[in-house]
Amino acid sequence: MRQTQRLEHGGRIDRSRTIKFTFNGREYTGHPGDTLASALLANGVSIVGRSFKYHRPRGIVGAGPEEPNAIVQVGSGALTRPDQRATQVELFDGLEASTAARLGFDPMGVNNTFSRMLPAGFYYKTFKWPAKYWPNYEKRIRQAAGLGHAPTEADPDRYDHMNAHCDVLVVGGGPAGLAAALRAGRAGARVLLADENAELGGALLSERVQESTRIDGRSYRDWIDTTSAELAAMDNVRVLTRTTAFGNYDHNFLGLMEDKADYRGGPAEGEVRHRLWRVRARRTVLATGALERPLVFGNNDRPGIMTVSAVATYLNRYGVCPGWRAVIFTNNDSAYRTALDLKAAGRDVAAVVDVRCKPSSALVDAAREAGIPIHDSSAIIRARGSRRVKSVQIARVKYGQLTGDYETIACDLVASSGGWSPVVHLHCHIGSKPAWDDVAACFLPGPDNPGQCSAGAVTGQFSLRDALVQGFEQGGAVASELGFEPGDDKAPSAPTPGDVLPIEPFWLAPSERPLSRGPKQFVDYQNDTTAADIALAVREGYESVEHVKRYTAMGFGTDQGKLGNINGMAILAWLLDQSIAETGTTTFRPAYTPISFGAVAGRTADHLFDPIRKTAMHDWHVANGAFFEDVGQWKRPWYYRRVGESMQQAIDRECHATRNSVGVLDASTLGKIEVHGADANRFLDMIYTGGRLKMKTGTCRYGLMLHEDGMIFDDGVTAKLGENHYYLTTTTGGAAGALNWLEQWHQTEWPDMDVFFTSVTDQWATIAVNGPKSRDVLQALCDDIDFERDAFPFMTFRDGTVAGVSARVFRISFTGELAFEINVDANYGRHVWDAVMAAGEPYGITPYGTETMHVLRAEKGFIVAGQDTDGSVTPMDMGMHWAIGKKKTDFIGMRSLSRSDIVAEGRKQYVGLKPRDGQIVLPEGAQLVDDPQAELPMPMIGHVSSSYYSDTLGHAFALAVVKNGRSRHGEIIYSPQPDGTVIAAEITDPVFYDREGARQYV
Amino acid sequence: MFQIDCPWCGPRDQSEFAYAGEGGIKRPEDPSALTDAEWADYLFMRQNPRGRHHEQWRHVHGCGQFFDVVRQTVTYRIESVDLPGRPALANASGEVR
Amino acid sequence: MKNRYSIFSLARNALSHHEKWDRAWRSPEPQPAYDVIIIGAGGHGLATAYYLAKEHGITNVAVVEKGWLGGGNTARNTTIVRSNYLYDESAHLFEKSLKLWEGLSQELNYNVMFSQRGVYNLGHTLQEMRDIHRRVNANRLNGIDSEVVDARQIKQEVPIINTSPDARYPILGASLQRRAGTARHDGVAWGYARAADARGVDIIENCEVTNILRDGGRVTGVETTRGTIKAKKVGIVVAGHSGVLADMAGFRLPVESHPLQALVSEPVKPVLDTVIMSNAVHGYISQSDKGELVIGAGIDSYNGYGQRGSFNIIEETIAAIKEMFPMFSRMRMLRHWGGIVDTTPDATPIIGKTPVDNLFINCGWGTGGFKATPGSGWVFAHTLATGEPHPINAPFSLDRYTTGYLVDEHGAAGVAH
Repeated sequence: MRQTQRLEHGGRIDRSRTIKFTFNGREYTGHPGDTLASALLANGVSIVGRSFKYHRPRGIVGAGPEEPNAIVQVGSGALTRPDQRATQVELFDGLEASTAARLGFDPMGVNNTFSRMLPAGFYYKTFKWPAKYWPNYEKRIRQAAGLGHAPTEADPDRYDHMNAHCDVLVVGGGPAGLAAALRAGRAGARVLLADENAELGGALLSERVQESTRIDGRSYRDWIDTTSAELAAMDNVRVLTRTTAFGNYDHNFLGLMEDKADYRGGPAEGEVRHRLWRVRARRTVLATGALERPLVFGNNDRPGIMTVSAVATYLNRYGVCPGWRAVIFTNNDSAYRTALDLKAAGRDVAAVVDVRCKPSSALVDAAREAGIPIHDSSAIIRARGSRRVKSVQIARVKYGQLTGDYETIACDLVASSGGWSPVVHLHCHIGSKPAWDDVAACFLPGPDNPGQCSAGAVTGQFSLRDALVQGFEQGGAVASELGFEPGDDKAPSAPTPGDVLPIEPFWLAPSERPLSRGPKQFVDYQNDTTAADIALAVREGYESVEHVKRYTAMGFGTDQGKLGNINGMAILAWLLDQSIAETGTTTFRPAYTPISFGAVAGRTADHLFDPIRKTAMHDWHVANGAFFEDVGQWKRPWYYRRVGESMQQAIDRECHATRNSVGVLDASTLGKIEVHGADANRFLDMIYTGGRLKMKTGTCRYGLMLHEDGMIFDDGVTAKLGENHYYLTTTTGGAAGALNWLEQWHQTEWPDMDVFFTSVTDQWATIAVNGPKSRDVLQALCDDIDFERDAFPFMTFRDGTVAGVSARVFRISFTGELAFEINVDANYGRHVWDAVMAAGEPYGITPYGTETMHVLRAEKGFIVAGQDTDGSVTPMDMGMHWAIGKKKTDFIGMRSLSRSDIVAEGRKQYVGLKPRDGQIVLPEGAQLVDDPQAELPMPMIGHVSSSYYSDTLGHAFALAVVKNGRSRHGEIIYSPQPDGTVIAAEITDPVFYDREGARQYV
Repeated sequence: MFQIDCPWCGPRDQSEFAYAGEGGIKRPEDPSALTDAEWADYLFMRQNPRGRHHEQWRHVHGCGQFFDVVRQTVTYRIESVDLPGRPALANASGEVR
Repeated sequence: MKNRYSIFSLARNALSHHEKWDRAWRSPEPQPAYDVIIIGAGGHGLATAYYLAKEHGITNVAVVEKGWLGGGNTARNTTIVRSNYLYDESAHLFEKSLKLWEGLSQELNYNVMFSQRGVYNLGHTLQEMRDIHRRVNANRLNGIDSEVVDARQIKQEVPIINTSPDARYPILGASLQRRAGTARHDGVAWGYARAADARGVDIIENCEVTNILRDGGRVTGVETTRGTIKAKKVGIVVAGHSGVLADMAGFRLPVESHPLQALVSEPVKPVLDTVIMSNAVHGYISQSDKGELVIGAGIDSYNGYGQRGSFNIIEETIAAIKEMFPMFSRMRMLRHWGGIVDTTPDATPIIGKTPVDNLFINCGWGTGGFKATPGSGWVFAHTLATGEPHPINAPFSLDRYTTGYLVDEHGAAGVAH
């Protein structure tokens, strides 16, 4: 197909190159510099989509982010991009675009015929009967909805984030933004200028190149080029094009989204697709411009009906005229400029239909002189034509009423302008409300946000001259506020505009028939919301603008109401007989235009999703068949499986070795905190339930930490290293929280205490050697510590040299066996581990993981905080009265332990469970009941928190909490399983092995 | 996304900080002397104002220090920062730095 | 109910071009006095009014609302409905609610589009799986449908989810409640409003309560921007602003208000037919009937009434979604927003009496209020009508914070949303 609508001259496209693309499988051509939309128009493609409710054919309406109709799928497979606005898709060679809807004959077009059955909110009134059919109805509704198709394969592209700080962020590279950046940049401020377009210039890019339009005596193009060059030459200025400021957040933080690859078909190997800029600006100048509103009339959705500014953009920026014979419909002067552009391009302007009475101004008069017929006090009532507009019916209107003089004008292009809506979105993202201005007939930004100001069309300054001056002044003002000294150079100057006739607000063309019976007057194209839908919403009592939005779906589309919302709100105001100011707007929320999830996630993906922490011995574990468990950010060996073993066999082997000879655990992940200071003992005495005032140097104590509500949250061992010097361990997952806990109490409650905390988790590697032969292993590795029973008693530590490395050895045990924990500088961790493995070889030393650790500790009834406790149990609930200092009068959480429901009867208490059938392992998380035959809801009295098969005991066992469990040892309780079976178990003491605790003292 | 002026390190991005709840809550000198209701008041009851809020933050990915902040809970404007226990409620200037 | 909604009334009205539909609810002037005033016309407040009228025959009721009805968290949530809570007290409350959901469209004669598409709560660590088993077992014994599924089953039913064992936090399994799902959030408020109005309840929008009137420790009415309104009983149901109202009535609450954010993608054809929630890689996701991916974020840590949160939470949430669904990386975020949630120390609501006689409060739903709308209204109506809590809401009293009888749904229970 040829580019039949391409003009012979003009536009910012590179005519020297022709590139190919496809749309719904058909091949077309365009030029570099085109958008997909301009190329489609150049090729005479008028239908680009179908509306989702009525399936009416739709054409391109806009030329930028406001486009509601031309939503396409670009590319296919893993690299597909759904829901792209053709108006913002830059053309590249080989681009493939398609639409989800069928653009030719569409059987769903029947919806339009039956559209009377589909008024706003119809789905709330029906599909309720019969109730069980709703899933079927819903399936159909869902299939009809949605624009494009999500990719179904993982995204292979990369994304990143850039943190940036600047003195002045200028959003928008139109005349006001350029002037602001120029002034602030010249003053020496660090400036960041961002614009969503491929090139700077903003609205100027859509202006016709002509003698009479000049800035500082240069053509617009020239001025843009010189200004861009001047900015580019300044070291303190950074210009980002194809970069949309999508969100304005508190304290002058703005999010920008830069397209680094989509515009040329995707990133090359190793390149980034999108970059999200996280900008903290000292000052922000919002020069975001304005978007044109269309006018609302009957069948205003026919292909070939566009905004005036879109027509101007296609003409002047892309060298495309979307039609041969145009009718322009307006309520303001700006449309006349485009009428003249069309004329200059050699196209026929059949009429300018102006709602204003006897318009006269510089532009109007110029159009009149050019021979363009002007119908004043008139409006387009309806468009005719089905797959493309063929004619319009116009009539005279007065005070919004039809006064006759119907006339039909043939045309293939209708351009309408209802005036301009400033892009106040960013301004409103942080809570500021826009203010309606009756004169300019638009919402303007409300009071400035702290550190931010606006310039140009966004403030209602629609003349080029004013925008340049305002931008320049604001750029200078913010630079001065920051202590820079802008020179006294003058603002870029454009000629004084001729006299302008004010806009006459006009929201809805009258119709010969009542609103609900006339041809459809669309307000939101993408959601098929009509003026009649708004009227229906009001009739039914949905009067708040938010109710109307939600009931009619107005503004819910991918354009977020950029095109139609202001019209809709004004129509609502008219229906309610109140002002637009009273009616208000819906809330403006980020993102201004949609941004890819990939960019938002940045590099936080795959293995960078969260840091992985590995111990010094990690590689050894990998090499020796370890399976890993995620505990917090750590990778911990779970168990080591030998060839041919089941998991249970591996666990049994590891347990057996540890109970009967020697096993070794990498315990490096436990949290470790050093505490220094003259008040360290006093402080720790408040933090732990047990006493810390009378500890002797060289000894260790078990410690429980409670929250102030009395509930257990962490546990570990406290060692007294010296006077005023302690060392604490915490659970693996709880380390950061525990340190924060200590810091908070110290800094905010007892800042006068002399105490300091240092996390040393990563500094130490910890090797826990457990089992009756552990002493032999240690003795083989170390000759400066006496490991004999009485020389190195349980719950003490010694400093010495292990495997030639300076070490601290604790005699503590989490297995109930004789055990030693070797702590060395993490850099020597692997060396010492290897030495331990070698020294243990004669004893069959066996590495074990967390699963075996759990079995062994559970056989001893030792709790794991976070597994056997869940933030709702006290030390008494867990039978740990012994861990509370008898003489203590206060510690964190103590007071809560005497509250009435904490000391009441019937609390759940920590017990052991022995399944009647010793081969059945109760599932962890199993619930416990007294009467498994009881009806549902069945009264539950507790649950299983840990459960294992014990090779040592020869039967399965579990730990649990059970109501009043401590007084019920010996009783049988039951656990109903999801498969209908019931497991019976005897309540026992939670200590199953070596109840007298002799083994750890040997 | 806030910018918080750490009294020790200067202005930093919110992501370096951790919120630490209402500020100025003093732990009772002698908890055992309190009734359950008085203890519950200390434990759980909070001001939660719609407006000026005295709160604590910790520069957890920086100096690690806790400090007091007076912040508006609707506009999110930060009025002042200070060392723990002595927020400059009285001389809050409202200036956003 | 006059003006019943059905396919037939729709057809009949189509013939008259929809010009004869009645208002869904009136817009009455406030009367000088009511038997009961409910402060807050969100889903919970409107449901309370409806059940007061329907279950207790109390129709001299006003629901006063400072803005537009259903305009708070009802309008801002991610519409997930489920009842698979851990503790008996919560389970009974949310299951009561779920049962009411199941007949709600028919009962209200308003399609709230309750879609029982199932909810998966994923487990990524061994401890999470223990917690999931514990909760599922408890659910089943409480008569709530619930099951544990493994990664293979999840992959079968949700083929696009990433169940690779090489993921940073691999999916080990999930709990699945098949009766759970989503509903049309606005429709719920509108359906209750219409049904309550039909029974004579006055719903008064744009009427902000400025003071709570008391006489000798007993509530007597409210002052509003539309004048003083007397009442025998007053119920506060103002998620997000509970502390502000409590302050007017002179008592304190263990409540903090935080921003909670959510976002939607651009709409696409059906790609996800169920609801996926994950606590470990924090994010939850479903696809609306309009085709948008509806994604809920974690709570912002600080107190805030700004109805907006911080962008880093959005970043973290989307990163989590990308972990679970790597293809969604190429989807685009259309819009993100925030609501205000009232959190309590035990992540469990407060529904019952206050220190002021005849003044009742229903608050503290945290991130999970939407799903409770019918049940919350039902038990609160009972409480207002009889002056005493229903056995279902008795455990949710304000004085549990004094006695220590907390229903702590943190952590193990997978409280999120």
